[in-house]
Amino acid sequence: MSVFPATAAAKAAGRSRTSASGTRPGSRNQRSAYWFIAPLGLGFAVFYFWPLLQTLYFSFTEFGAFGGHTFIGTDNYLRVVKDVTVWQALGNTLIYCVIGLMALPIAIVVASLLNRRGLRGVSVYRALYFIPFVTLPVAVGLVWNWLYNGDFGLVNEILSWFGVDRHYWVSDPSTAVYAIGTVMVWSTTGYYLVIFMAGVKGIPQDYYEAAELDGAGPLRRFFTITLPLLSPTIFFASVICMINSLQTFDLIYIMMAEKNPAIGDTQSVVGLFYKWAFVENAQGAAAALAFLLMLVIAALTYLQFRIQKRWVHYA
Amino acid sequence: MPDRRRIDPGSVATHAVLSFGALVMVFPFLWQLLTALKTLAETSQVPPTFLPKDWNWDSFEEVFTALPFREMLTNSLINTIGRTVGQLVFCSLAAYAFARMRFRGRNVLFALFLSVLMVPSSLLVLPQYDIIQSLGLLNSAPALFLPGMFSAFGTFMLRQFFLTLPKELEEAARIDGAGSFRIFWSIMLPLIRPALAALAVITAMWSWNDLLWPLIVNTDPERMPISAGLTSLEGQYETNYPVMMAGSLIASLPMLIVYLFLQRHFVQSVALSGSKS
Repeated sequence: MSVFPATAAAKAAGRSRTSASGTRPGSRNQRSAYWFIAPLGLGFAVFYFWPLLQTLYFSFTEFGAFGGHTFIGTDNYLRVVKDVTVWQALGNTLIYCVIGLMALPIAIVVASLLNRRGLRGVSVYRALYFIPFVTLPVAVGLVWNWLYNGDFGLVNEILSWFGVDRHYWVSDPSTAVYAIGTVMVWSTTGYYLVIFMAGVKGIPQDYYEAAELDGAGPLRRFFTITLPLLSPTIFFASVICMINSLQTFDLIYIMMAEKNPAIGDTQSVVGLFYKWAFVENAQGAAAALAFLLMLVIAALTYLQFRIQKRWVHYA
Repeated sequence: MPDRRRIDPGSVATHAVLSFGALVMVFPFLWQLLTALKTLAETSQVPPTFLPKDWNWDSFEEVFTALPFREMLTNSLINTIGRTVGQLVFCSLAAYAFARMRFRGRNVLFALFLSVLMVPSSLLVLPQYDIIQSLGLLNSAPALFLPGMFSAFGTFMLRQFFLTLPKELEEAARIDGAGSFRIFWSIMLPLIRPALAALAVITAMWSWNDLLWPLIVNTDPERMPISAGLTSLEGQYETNYPVMMAGSLIASLPMLIVYLFLQRHFVQSVALSGSKS
């Protein structure tokens, strides 16, 4: 127990030898620190730490028709593992994750185009690309459903100019997941663009000038300078992107009507969780499903951190 | 070096690609506006018309009768203000203590608080619902913003800023006899105003756009924020695209306006964070 205060005090003493008694951790200062933390700590305890324990408890219980939880051991976990819809939802979620990652290469290309010397209107482009990210997801879902509409939608109209046949994009099980994934990419590209613009700006211009003198063309410069030096940012963005898309819910909920024939082929894990927990009242199984999702997120994040050593270059 | 007076073909190509991308990003909103201004009959024409034949503004009035739209917008506003103010107050207090004060258990507590960042929100929703229910708050304004007032991300971000401030300011104030809270409130807090603005802007955006939590706690249409309310419009007005488009436009407008005015803070908050909620 005494390890932390001791090291903290030692560090502090080393750092602030000159400031003497003024900032010494007097007991009054100590006590007031707890008052500063108390409101947030109380909020976390009530709305985060306690619920986490509760969910763990729920996952081993069955929720009765008239309330109350009865302990049923690992039955919920067995149900989750045996349920076909769970595996389907997990598969869909992984597809969203892979499609969602497509926002990264697009954002990288746009960011490096915007980094071109003397280019005008950079902030205007950035603002326009960022707008879909700021917009209400429900509004985004509704307008895209309208664009995808099989009978009167603009997407079919534009594709018909190129001789592509009319298609019911969001109700055909073979295309629905990609149609929704495309909207995900469209709405998040601007967010990653901002992150990559900051990363690209950090690459010294001298590198590009030296490479240009050596006769490297724009493509060569992109692949030998921009990409490797941006790799830490790419790694960070891909971890964030993966974690977010594994928890995807909003767009699918909005774009898929209940009687849509493609619903099973587009349902995400969180979508299934919502259905179990709040429509079918299977709280225990829903809690177990949520833990499965957390496990998947943790495993994939761990995997990313393991693989990063092979492709991320830290300067 | 490209000659500035002549037109550089590379830069023309760059602009061409970037403009096409920008068009793809913005066009759906333009189409939304144009659809909202068409009559219902015109929206089902094949091939679709680009500009409305008669500019029809009725849909913008109709959404206010189709749904308790005014109440929903108010609920969104309350939710957004509640969460944002809550985070600014609670996170800045804790962040200050973690960054500038020494006390027993600081590192352990900080690690514990940060662990909240790693837990997927769906894992907590069931018991959070039970808590709101046992407080008798289902279908109320506080139900919307209560859990969202506390944020590990906000605490972490503000702490990073507090760490950069020079120690001398605090020391001078303490010699003048100022207490901890006084130092925090009137000296340190004003110095991290840019970080507070960035946190406020990003929190406001997440609150306005949040869907899952409001769908769960407030099922009464009069108590829903607009993010959840619009989904019920989808159910009732399945084929009335002008009304749906008008509704989504009005609902997105407040955030778009905030964005256009506070762009700098948006960009800063994203650059600082990189992480959702």
